[in-house]
Amino acid sequence: MTPVTSVEGKAYPFGRKNVDTDVIIPAHYLKTITRAGLGRGAFETVRAEPGNVFEDPAYAGAPILIAGDNFGCGSSREHAAWALGDMGVKAVIAPSYSDIFSGNAFKNGIVAVVLPQEAIDRLLEVAKDNPITVDLESMSVTTPFQDRFSFEMDPFRRDCLINGLDEIGLTMAREEKIGAYEAVMAAERAWL
Amino acid sequence: MTQPRTLYDKIWDAHVVEKRDDGTCLIYIDRHLVHEVTSPQAFEGLRAAGRKVRRPDLTLAVPDHNLPTTARLDAAGHRLPIADPESAQQLAALEANAPAFGIRYIDAVAPEQGIVHVVGPEQGFTLPGTTLVCGDSHTAAHGALGALAFGIGTSEVEHVLATQTLLLKQSKTMEVRVDGTLGFGVGPKDVILAIIGKIGAAGGTGYVIEYTGSVIRDMSIEGRLTVSNMAIEGGARSGLIAPDEKTFAYLNGRPMAPSGEAWEKALAWWKTLPTDAQAVYDRVVTLDATDISPSLTWGTSPEDVVPITGVVPDPESFADPSKQAAARKSLDYMGLTPGTRMQDVEVQNIFIGSCTNSRIEDLRQAAAIARGRHVAGNVRQALVVPGSGLVKRQAEAEGLDRIFIEAGFEWREPGCSMCLAMNPDKVPAGERCASTSNRNFVGRQGPGARTHLVSPAMAAAAAVTGRLTDVRDLLGEAA
Ligand code: SF4
Repeated sequence: MTPVTSVEGKAYPFGRKNVDTDVIIPAHYLKTITRAGLGRGAFETVRAEPGNVFEDPAYAGAPILIAGDNFGCGSSREHAAWALGDMGVKAVIAPSYSDIFSGNAFKNGIVAVVLPQEAIDRLLEVAKDNPITVDLESMSVTTPFQDRFSFEMDPFRRDCLINGLDEIGLTMAREEKIGAYEAVMAAERAWL
Repeated sequence: MTQPRTLYDKIWDAHVVEKRDDGTCLIYIDRHLVHEVTSPQAFEGLRAAGRKVRRPDLTLAVPDHNLPTTARLDAAGHRLPIADPESAQQLAALEANAPAFGIRYIDAVAPEQGIVHVVGPEQGFTLPGTTLVCGDSHTAAHGALGALAFGIGTSEVEHVLATQTLLLKQSKTMEVRVDGTLGFGVGPKDVILAIIGKIGAAGGTGYVIEYTGSVIRDMSIEGRLTVSNMAIEGGARSGLIAPDEKTFAYLNGRPMAPSGEAWEKALAWWKTLPTDAQAVYDRVVTLDATDISPSLTWGTSPEDVVPITGVVPDPESFADPSKQAAARKSLDYMGLTPGTRMQDVEVQNIFIGSCTNSRIEDLRQAAAIARGRHVAGNVRQALVVPGSGLVKRQAEAEGLDRIFIEAGFEWREPGCSMCLAMNPDKVPAGERCASTSNRNFVGRQGPGARTHLVSPAMAAAAAVTGRLTDVRDLLGEAA
């Protein structure tokens, strides 16, 4: 994974709540067998709405997305994270995420920042015309107007993101522990 | 004395390989179900890194999402090609990846083929007290047998394939207790819709739900699978139901379940799993069975639930302004006007199937309504799609297929079908569907499709009247 320490630039002032994974990437795009190229299908139904932020040239290629509560609810499809990544989004800011989505985002190097609704409201306002910055080192979101919103993040995830660590490789290094567990289970719960 | 623990805690504790300082645990995964949609990129990742599948013997692959539900063999018994090239490519990828990595594979024309979440329990692959994952959010279904089962993303699929473990943080626990006796014409689907209506689509986020109470205890395994299946629609990654005598009777003799001495050993352990009397849940939600009516959804979130006797709600009636806005959007998409009686809403499509409601009991309940009646003239498509080849055969042995066909339904081959629009079964744009599936999201059953989630009996009732219908009217008067 590519290390991420900060994401800086324009942000889609989207703000919608309960954006489900069918909205992020509709099911008919799930037939691909590779991870690339899904950005073209991202937010297809939203893009069809007049005046939406994704078709607005002002935000084209923005690396940040600001959304409402419960972002990424619905299915477990990782295609949602791939689609966001493929459209160039490197950080999402929302008051909450579905559990599966935040895990998928992390695994694809997308920073999922949790901030309270008041902060989101301010950022939605600022992002209309200004860039914002998500910084993992200082764990804060800042604007050109001296706004500074601190966020929390799981230390392990933060470490992996900053250092670009591959989770599978890290776990495979625990082989001895996994093998030992299996040996105990083979004796205790042999029916497995 | 050990601390009293919940069912969830017990399963969790039994699977910790290693606990890290920050509380994250490396959790061993006992069972891994793989299907064609969320696995190709995981196998691609393994190949790129030169990794193997650590425990192919704990992994089971079966195609379901993309498969057309029309005949799969021609008259001579040859496999028919799949028309959609992208579907064909995904299915071919699984068919090639499974043997390449030594994974057990149930192919598209095997008698056992079906929806992963129907096949797992049916084969005895799903067992109490196991950790079970699949790259699909409705994996929660397997919790009906007392397995800690949850959906994972493709990177996690790859992680499990390579290491047979996942890095997880312990969830909070929520008890959802449903006590009392269900009323006439009320079934498991109504119970879970009522639960989601109560806790909301995000109410279970961060929790594992354990369903308890007399209604759950009295429910068949099929019914429990329906309830547990939709935990994710209430935001919870897993649903759990304590294993009991019904669970054991259901599993005994299944092809992949333990037998003989191993069965006895397993049984002894399974009996220790139910939540201890003194254990405390982080949150408790209770429902009274007498408050649950035959129910359905009116909007585009599974929390948009009303009794069939109700009306389309007025968005202004919601306290939360964001909910008001969401309701207005939903109603616009659904083509509904506030105040309309749900029973006056006409439907053009009927779907009886999906991992929520495609088991034998579901088909029996639908057939009981369809028997001797006929699909209404305004209904253009009425599909009955058994959850697996074994369900299909069982239904045929009971003559249910004849009942459906004579009533004007189509009797199809097993698969996900119209639950999600990845295969040829779709609801046309702007048309309405009474569906036994689990998601009424925008575009879920096809671009522009309008979904009302209902029980199998209610779907059959809607089919024969051509509109959303109170199944109790067709079942006759309550005793
Ligand atoms: S039937 Fe529907 S919900 Fe179930 S696995 Fe298939 S697509 Fe997913």
